[in-house]
Amino acid sequence: MSFRDWPIRRKLTAMLLLISGLVLLLTSAAFVAYQYWSFRQSARNSLSVRGRIIAANSTASLAFANDADAREILSALRADPHVVAAALYDKDGRLFAAYPADLTNVALPAAPGPDGYRFERGLLIGFQPVAEAASQRLGTLYVASDLEALYDTFRLSGVIGLAVIAVSLLAAYVLSSFLQGTISQPILMLAETAAAVSSRRDYSVRAPQLSGGELGVLTDTLNHMLGRIEEQDRALRESKEELRRYATELEQRVAERTRELEKSNEVLQRNAADLLAANRELDAFAYSVSHDLRAPLRSIDGFSQVLLEDYAGQLDEAGRDSLHRVRAASQRMATLIDDLLKLARISRVEMRTELVDLSGMARDIAVELQGTTPERQVEIAVAPGLEARGDRRLLQVAVENLLRNSWKYTAKQPQPRIEFGSVQVNGDRAFMVRDNGAGFDMKYADKLFGVFQRLHSEAEFEGTGVGLATVRRIITRHGGGIWAEGAVGQGATFYFTL
Amino acid sequence: MNQGKILLVEDNPDDVALTVRAFKSHNITNEVIVAEDGVQALEYLFGTEDGPAPKELPSIVLLDLKLPKVNGMEVLQRIRADDRTRFLPVVILTSSNEERDLIDGYKLGANSYVRKPVDFVEFTQAAKQLGLYWLLLNQAPPASQRP
Repeated sequence: MSFRDWPIRRKLTAMLLLISGLVLLLTSAAFVAYQYWSFRQSARNSLSVRGRIIAANSTASLAFANDADAREILSALRADPHVVAAALYDKDGRLFAAYPADLTNVALPAAPGPDGYRFERGLLIGFQPVAEAASQRLGTLYVASDLEALYDTFRLSGVIGLAVIAVSLLAAYVLSSFLQGTISQPILMLAETAAAVSSRRDYSVRAPQLSGGELGVLTDTLNHMLGRIEEQDRALRESKEELRRYATELEQRVAERTRELEKSNEVLQRNAADLLAANRELDAFAYSVSHDLRAPLRSIDGFSQVLLEDYAGQLDEAGRDSLHRVRAASQRMATLIDDLLKLARISRVEMRTELVDLSGMARDIAVELQGTTPERQVEIAVAPGLEARGDRRLLQVAVENLLRNSWKYTAKQPQPRIEFGSVQVNGDRAFMVRDNGAGFDMKYADKLFGVFQRLHSEAEFEGTGVGLATVRRIITRHGGGIWAEGAVGQGATFYFTL
Repeated sequence: MNQGKILLVEDNPDDVALTVRAFKSHNITNEVIVAEDGVQALEYLFGTEDGPAPKELPSIVLLDLKLPKVNGMEVLQRIRADDRTRFLPVVILTSSNEERDLIDGYKLGANSYVRKPVDFVEFTQAAKQLGLYWLLLNQAPPASQRP
């Protein structure tokens, strides 16, 4: 595991230890080095001093070549157990006296080396010139000291140093263990909090505020964030709850509605069945009417005619007139029955909705009407492009009825004119059939569309009064409305919407 | 076929009288056999246990629709179903102009469909035209093989 992945406490402790260790090491090293150097110096100095003393004491012996004296002087060196060898050389470089006396020559240099004190081959040696006065050199003192003392002190200071280092490191470790807590503790708390929040999803947890500074800021920020998260979490939960409530409510409502719908469906189905039955009854009724009611009429008319034909001689004018009236009446009744049947049929027929070209239809009807009364010149204006959605056959009947009406009621006009077009009424499109014929009194406008209602006598204009009723029924079946405007003698306009 | 018989299937005696008179007034003197209901019509055409059908078929059958016992449509059906009478000219002569009757009539193989007008003058016109057409102008189908 690399340093980066170490836990923070270990990191901090390690860092502190490392730093303090380094410091200690450097200090100790420096100290020890200095010690070593200064020790060598002092050793050298002391040896030098001794050397000079011995040298000074040895001048007489050298001068007088008294090697016994010299040996004795040299043996004074045994006071210092570390001096391993000493020797006096005369001015020619010949060994004069040695210390210790039994030392073999091998240990001693054959000839004196250069003056000075130095470290050579694990010994501190020195060549001290022996001179009486500054100019007269009598010989050289060789003195060699082992470095044991040095090494001892060195060893001692080293041990002490190590001990100090150890203790210091320990102290540093202990201290750092405590001190790193001030940094790591808050961080660990933060980490723990974060882990607790994320693992348990408990957003009410907060990190304790343990220190100031950046860590404090961090803790604060984290706590804020947690606060916000908690809020949002709560809001989310609440809205989920609300949603759930809405959903249940909705389900309930939907179930209710479905029940209601099912009920009304049942009612509708029953109604439809009833209607179907009623329609069938109507069918049968109309069928029997068309047979049964007309037959007697035929008899009435027929036998009246028979009378007229066979007994013409025995009838006077009045008698013949009566029979004519009888015939006319029965024929009129037949027409009425037929018209009624047509009207009834309008309600029975099933509507098939398609796009119908009303302009074309009107033009065709106009042509037909003109064909029935070729002697009349009627101006018919049909606006182009009039279309509507509806049942073609029913619309045909409606338009035909309206145009036929206009045709009929303009019979007495010198310059009859019929228009078929469309207008805008209250934003809706309405179709319009206008003529300049007999017109009607607006006072009786609401009677126009009644069954068998007429605003003119049979003598003025023939008709049964069913035509407009038929048109209205057709328009109503298409979901539209119909109304009329007119003035006596000035024509009439019929408007209808689909 | 100037002397062919006319089978008039009609339940209303008034209508029968008027029809016969109409024919007479236009010099159509062919014999008119009257059947007052569907059963009589079928008996005439196909015979009964008591008496077989006449050898000769009528030239034209004028068939009313609304008849007691067996109605006009059924008679027509039976006529068309039998080999002997399959091509027998049948004119439906009725008060009804219900679309349903028209469709059914033609579906079952009627040759023509005429609506009886209330106006007697028109009625006699129609009778005359029918008579002239079916008795004089129209070529009747040949009599089928009979043992």
